Amino acid sequence: MSWEVVIGLEIHAQLTTKSKIFSGASTAYGAAPNSQACPIDIGMPGMLPVLNQAVIGKSILLGLALDAEIGKRSVFDRKNYFYPDLPKGYQTTQFEFPIVGQGKMEIELEDGTKKIIGVTRAHLEEDAGKSVHGLVPGQTGVDLNRAGTPLLEIVSDPDMSSAKEAVAYAKKMHELVQYLGICDGNMQEGSFRVDSNVSVRRPGEPLGTRAELKNINSFRFIEKAIEIEIERQIELIESGGTVVQETRLYDADNDTTRSMRTKEDANDYRYFPCPDLLPVIITDEDIEAVRATMPELPDAKRARFVSEFGLSDYDAAVLTSSRAMAEFFEQLVTLTDAKDIKLCANWMTSGFSAALNRDGLSVEKSPVSAKGLAGMIVRILDNSISGKIAKQVFDAMWKGEGTADEIIEAKGLKQITDTGAIEALVDEVLANNPSQVEAYKAGQTKMLGYFVGQIMKASGGQANPGQVNQMLVAKLK
Amino acid sequence: MSLGKTEVEYISRLTQIEVQEDAVEGVAQKLSNILELFAQMEAADTQDILPMAHPLDAVQRLRADVVTEIDQHEKLQAIAPAAAEAHYLVPQVIE
Repeated sequence: MSWEVVIGLEIHAQLTTKSKIFSGASTAYGAAPNSQACPIDIGMPGMLPVLNQAVIGKSILLGLALDAEIGKRSVFDRKNYFYPDLPKGYQTTQFEFPIVGQGKMEIELEDGTKKIIGVTRAHLEEDAGKSVHGLVPGQTGVDLNRAGTPLLEIVSDPDMSSAKEAVAYAKKMHELVQYLGICDGNMQEGSFRVDSNVSVRRPGEPLGTRAELKNINSFRFIEKAIEIEIERQIELIESGGTVVQETRLYDADNDTTRSMRTKEDANDYRYFPCPDLLPVIITDEDIEAVRATMPELPDAKRARFVSEFGLSDYDAAVLTSSRAMAEFFEQLVTLTDAKDIKLCANWMTSGFSAALNRDGLSVEKSPVSAKGLAGMIVRILDNSISGKIAKQVFDAMWKGEGTADEIIEAKGLKQITDTGAIEALVDEVLANNPSQVEAYKAGQTKMLGYFVGQIMKASGGQANPGQVNQMLVAKLK
Repeated sequence: MSLGKTEVEYISRLTQIEVQEDAVEGVAQKLSNILELFAQMEAADTQDILPMAHPLDAVQRLRADVVTEIDQHEKLQAIAPAAAEAHYLVPQVIE
């Protein structure tokens, strides 16, 4: 008998603000312990939180992108639980009246099938601090720099039925929040965290008990963890056991999940409206003002790259994989007067992307700017350099040796287009290879490639290959 | 609805508030009385009434996204029960 898998995701996206959600302390990553935890963040008595206006606009932006209802009256609540990294004894969050209501997102799977995933809600909340072990024997250190950092928790409907669907949704959300500029998407630094609720059931039966997989900071591991967890639950039930509701951690070294804590006490968080904060009212004008700032979204951009630039679906997908990548490409096209869009796309998807991957850099950190790369492409287009020499020029630009023109000049890489010079090279190579010339004339036309190779070599790669070919054919007649 | 000894012990564990053995009965009685009041309130018709989020009829004012706080961890940790290497110290928590 078959099993049906039900997956819902809770994604915590850290909003890109300078200051915290309720205080004027900095949110910068990597600061010295507790240097960015002010009296409001650490829960000193008598402190009054005041909401950061930036989080409202960013939440509305996501709501509009998900085609969701915006909570025109949203309320902050206290979620009560005890943990040392939560100094107030409660987390300020939203419960009954979140800022973003029911929305949806379309995902596309590897085989091209599309599926709509419901988004139940997205609510604003503050992050907790961080526990540090091993600082003092027998005690736990607490760093509260992260306490009060603004998070938008995006809760999906339990609409996904495989690990692949879950990852497709998570990736798409990851791409979306970065396009919107509301989250930097850095998973290593915890700016984008995915918790997966996984359960299995027999078709037609009510939902099974779910386990929650937490703290997984890569898409590859999320997919593996969900697959392992599905297997574990099915094996458990088939061997007569029952799944308990619990939080499980993924152990990448052993490729297993293990129990982190059982919710045996079915934690009662005793939510109630936070008396320190008043309801937030969002007007239609507020929403329209945010709508006016909405950037072009990934799906629309992909479609436009295909229709406007004539790119393949694959190239369009690669070039819109991040907003920075897409903007770099559009600049490149503009700076080269859109003379050869395909050539621009090829350089972006091959040489440029390969160099970024090799050095583990993001587009923003690329040592070669759009202007720099355009300067080189222009030289390919005006036949100053061949595509092969361009690779050499690009590598030098990447190493910071100057602009394309400077490098071509300094290394003497300018393509030989002078007919006389090329003719001399052709004559020389033909004279040195009489037996090959015989062979060619006897019908072995593939010898042409050999001659071209020899001539290019003799020219140090600088002869214009088109001209070489033309001249060879003429001379060998 | 009335609460018994078992419920009081359970709530005591959830709230991390210790209740002495000889006080359990009294606490159970007090909590039961409070629940009785809720039961009376249940009788009121609250259909179509928006839950009150705050007793003041006012709207949240917002703060510009600007860093205004400076590092005061030394002052703040001076009044903490224990601190070391700029961290607040608490009894060991291991998950």
